[in-house]
Amino acid sequence: MFGVGGGTCSYQEIETTDVILLWGSNAREAHPIFFHHLMKGVRNGAKLYAIDPRRTTSAMWADTWLGLEVGSDIALANTVAREIITAGLHHEDFIRHATRGFDAYAESVEPWTLQRGSEITGLPAEVIRRLAHDFAAADQAQICWTLGITEHHNATDNVLALINLALLTGHVGRYGSGLVPIRGQNNVQGGGDMGALPNRLPGFQEVEDPVSRGKFEALWGHPVPYQAGKHLSLMLEAMETGEITALYVIGENPAQSEARSDHARHLLRGLEFLVVQDILMTKTAELADVVFPAAAGWAETDGTVTSSERRVQRVRKALDPPGDARDDLAIISGLAERMGRGWGYPTAEEVWDELRSLSPNHAGMSYRRLAEEGGLQWPCYDEEHPGTLFLHGDLWDDPLPRHPAPFFSTPWAPPVDELSEDFPIRLTTGRRLDSYNTGVQSGGYSSPLRTAVALEVAPSDAHTLGVAEGETVRVVSRRGSLKAPVRFDRSLRPGLAFMSVHDPDEVDVNLLTIDAWDPKSGTAEFKATAVRIEPVG
Amino acid sequence: MSALPTAAERAAVDGHLGLPQSAWEGGEERPEDAVLAEGGFRASQDRRQHILPTLHAVNDAIGWVSAGALNYICQRLLVPPAEAYGVAGFYALLSLEERPARVAHICDDVACRNQGGNKILSDLEGRSDVHPSPCLGQCDQAPAVFYQRAGEADCVAVVTDTDQVIKVLEGGKPEEVPATVPQAGDPALRLLKRIGRVDPTSLEDYRRAGGYRALTKAIDLGADQVLSEIKASNLRGRGGAAFPMGIKWEAVARSSVTLRYLICNADESEPGTFKDRVIMEGDPFALIESMTIAGLAIGAELGYLYIRAEYPFAQSLLENAIEQTRESGLLGDDVDGSGKSFDIEIRRGGGAYICGEETALMNSIEGHRGEPRNKPPFPTQAGLFGRPTVINNVETLINVPEIVLEGGDAFAAIGTTQSTGPKLFCLSGAVATPGVYEVEFGITLDELVDLAGGVTGSGSIGAIMLGGAAGLFVGEDYLDMPLTFEGAQDRKATLGSGVVMVFDDRTDFADLSQRIARFFRDESCGQCVPCRVGTVRQEELLARHCGGLPWEDELFEDIAQVMIDASICGLGHTASTAIRSVIDLGLLEGSRG
Repeated sequence: MFGVGGGTCSYQEIETTDVILLWGSNAREAHPIFFHHLMKGVRNGAKLYAIDPRRTTSAMWADTWLGLEVGSDIALANTVAREIITAGLHHEDFIRHATRGFDAYAESVEPWTLQRGSEITGLPAEVIRRLAHDFAAADQAQICWTLGITEHHNATDNVLALINLALLTGHVGRYGSGLVPIRGQNNVQGGGDMGALPNRLPGFQEVEDPVSRGKFEALWGHPVPYQAGKHLSLMLEAMETGEITALYVIGENPAQSEARSDHARHLLRGLEFLVVQDILMTKTAELADVVFPAAAGWAETDGTVTSSERRVQRVRKALDPPGDARDDLAIISGLAERMGRGWGYPTAEEVWDELRSLSPNHAGMSYRRLAEEGGLQWPCYDEEHPGTLFLHGDLWDDPLPRHPAPFFSTPWAPPVDELSEDFPIRLTTGRRLDSYNTGVQSGGYSSPLRTAVALEVAPSDAHTLGVAEGETVRVVSRRGSLKAPVRFDRSLRPGLAFMSVHDPDEVDVNLLTIDAWDPKSGTAEFKATAVRIEPVG
Repeated sequence: MSALPTAAERAAVDGHLGLPQSAWEGGEERPEDAVLAEGGFRASQDRRQHILPTLHAVNDAIGWVSAGALNYICQRLLVPPAEAYGVAGFYALLSLEERPARVAHICDDVACRNQGGNKILSDLEGRSDVHPSPCLGQCDQAPAVFYQRAGEADCVAVVTDTDQVIKVLEGGKPEEVPATVPQAGDPALRLLKRIGRVDPTSLEDYRRAGGYRALTKAIDLGADQVLSEIKASNLRGRGGAAFPMGIKWEAVARSSVTLRYLICNADESEPGTFKDRVIMEGDPFALIESMTIAGLAIGAELGYLYIRAEYPFAQSLLENAIEQTRESGLLGDDVDGSGKSFDIEIRRGGGAYICGEETALMNSIEGHRGEPRNKPPFPTQAGLFGRPTVINNVETLINVPEIVLEGGDAFAAIGTTQSTGPKLFCLSGAVATPGVYEVEFGITLDELVDLAGGVTGSGSIGAIMLGGAAGLFVGEDYLDMPLTFEGAQDRKATLGSGVVMVFDDRTDFADLSQRIARFFRDESCGQCVPCRVGTVRQEELLARHCGGLPWEDELFEDIAQVMIDASICGLGHTASTAIRSVIDLGLLEGSRG
């Protein structure tokens, strides 16, 4: 956000905020640790709006659940913005002082009357109005989101639409107010921070910025590719055209996690050379020419992780990994040695100290401080720096010490996979408390909460189709079909169906999903597939 | 998770809560339900306090609470099923399993077990509609039986027998016995003066007998002056802890938080205690008047009267009293023309001794499991719903009109300097005339037993239980002990809740002490490990000894001490005292094996 890749708030801030918009997130199941901080806020009096097509178990804790149409998030955000502006609730001083592009933005949302917003989102106009007024009038307010916002073909615009709301109301850069994309793993933030992004070097520094790149080249004594790399969706395209013929996969399972997964597997099989480094024998690893057994990041390796609130924390090795497994650092170092570019076998702390010398955000975070202070939040510029509770506080400084934050017009476009007579049901996907992503890490353990994967539908839809609970049906999309048993779920309205992504070996929902992806972020539209449901005779 | 309620269960819930407002809460489907739901955690917080009354509504109507009914309650109150199950499972009188429409709970506690309770249980052994029960608070009318009847009001039978139990289980109804006291008519009585003499169902008769003069005077005096009188009276709480009432009242009255509560603790469950029941059955308006004076003095607009479920007769009389006083303007928005608002809500317990502990009682009202809270904060700081709260026992409260009418100083002149005022004692066991006796603090144990007509049975005292199961047994050498807080303290005894239960020298103390051990094992809420485990270990240890093995004193002391040190409430602190005293008095010697 505004050039910084992280949520603006600390967890502690949501515990005392006044209004929370939980948008496209079933955090209670998918981000339970964060949700526990959120619930402290609710217990302390925060008003919670849950914006999600399904009335999830998170939404059940909300004061108000708004079950918008799948993919109508921008329509809702633009309508909320127009209502805030029309009612004069926007923060004029902040807008003038710290932002640019307001007039064009205001003009772009002008057509989004409550009535139009209500038509597109399916929500009562009065409730949209109430949300707009509560959010704008709150002393402190946060917008929290996850994959319900980002797993769309227009993911980046979805996020920008939410950022606009924060700029409009001044709910950013202040304690308790901010924008919070919740991360799905303990170290998604850390992975990005360490440069595991196609356009970034460690420390979230631009690959294509010669100054940043120069620092790395000077220290490493070797040129760094000057162009941004490809994100996963582009890699798959490049595999299709033959531009990419070899792939080194670390801790990912694209054979099962990608949209149109049969196609993804086909591409992986077509590679000349596939290397997979993982702690478990995943479906992707089964396709590999070489498999490096890796140590678990937790308990078997030394290092750090970075949470959604930008807090870098130490992890410590407690056990030796089983068999021939080695930690990622040892594998990569060994690989470098065999390739004739050996740099020895540095310790995790030595690598970290090198990062500190290259990344200003991490410069002050010595292992000693991380241990003594229970982790530190970046940016932390030197050994005296206390770390940073929330980002973008300088938006409020006078004079403004930075470029003003831009508003972006965010035109709404419906999901790519349109509903039609042949495909009348909107299928969306998601996650459950008892399982984790493609199930690689959680499938091997039993859970009393886990139920067999099924197509979840509104009871009335099942009634119309004449299928009973537990009966197997065929689910057909424009790209594929699969069989699954039906389960009734009252949290779904008629016309909306849901499947979890956790058990691709049994029912691979990504045979159905569309691989239309957001050109700006590379994320595929997992959340909106058009399907029909057929009884299996 | 998916079980649905029957029509009758739904009706019972809706009868208590009103009709649901949306499909999400179980109502008819409306178009907006597809895209909108209101409620969530905040509404759940507001509604949660209705869990126990709603569970009662189903249990009363159907006889038990099915998974479908529980799910529907959760849907209505927005409470997670696991939480509601935890609440429902906490209370002995709520059944989560199907059972006969009529169920008899036969008291086999310390007073009733040898006066017919055990005999009824053995006569009816094996029946699924007959269960043993801890003390029902009818020790002067043993044996007692409490009945739950699906679709009809609960009821109690006293001085009953096996034949009558069978008749009631087959459809009969025991007669309600009006409360009386042995001293009825004695002009010296203050607290008991109307009991057995004035119709407990008539506000008019109550007023004719002097009722509501104190409220009128209290309104004239004003809250500050009432508070001064209460402090001057030096009244100490009668529930067992003997805390000065004026200090509690003042702390709440001076609080900066304006939303405050009063609670009357009528969850009288200490074995051997029945004085509060006699007051509520014999003079219910006096309690309502007392609570009203208290509410106005501390600035509370709502008082909760938490009464144990085993007192259905008292509850119906109190409901009647509240209704009549509301109609007469003595409760409500403008109490007796004072311009101040006060009302009373009755809450029924669910069969849990621990809910007599003040913070457990608050959790119970709030719709949580009735588990005690850590203190501090004390109820006067953060009590019911986190607000400043005065909680007083029934007997404590009914002193209030006396203090207002006589003046705090005059009241303080009764009894001794440290134990002021009149005191009620619950005499039962081997005495000629069991019942509630009112005396002035300071008479000796001997004089009190004489007042009840002396020792019956063998005529020789084996031991006297003071203060209930949480109290202790004393021998004849205590007969000269003055019955005051300080007098008891000097002799390392306790008055507790005013229990004086006499046992003759033919009593089987091995049996009795094991019943007490079982009582604590059953009633420990399980929250603190030392108490949850310690009460079991103590029972086992006692059983070994009663089975013929040597007494393991060191182990017993370890268990007792860890329960005292590491339990958060009085149950764990006192769970060993009675058994310790039985051992120290040598009451098990010779009776073993």
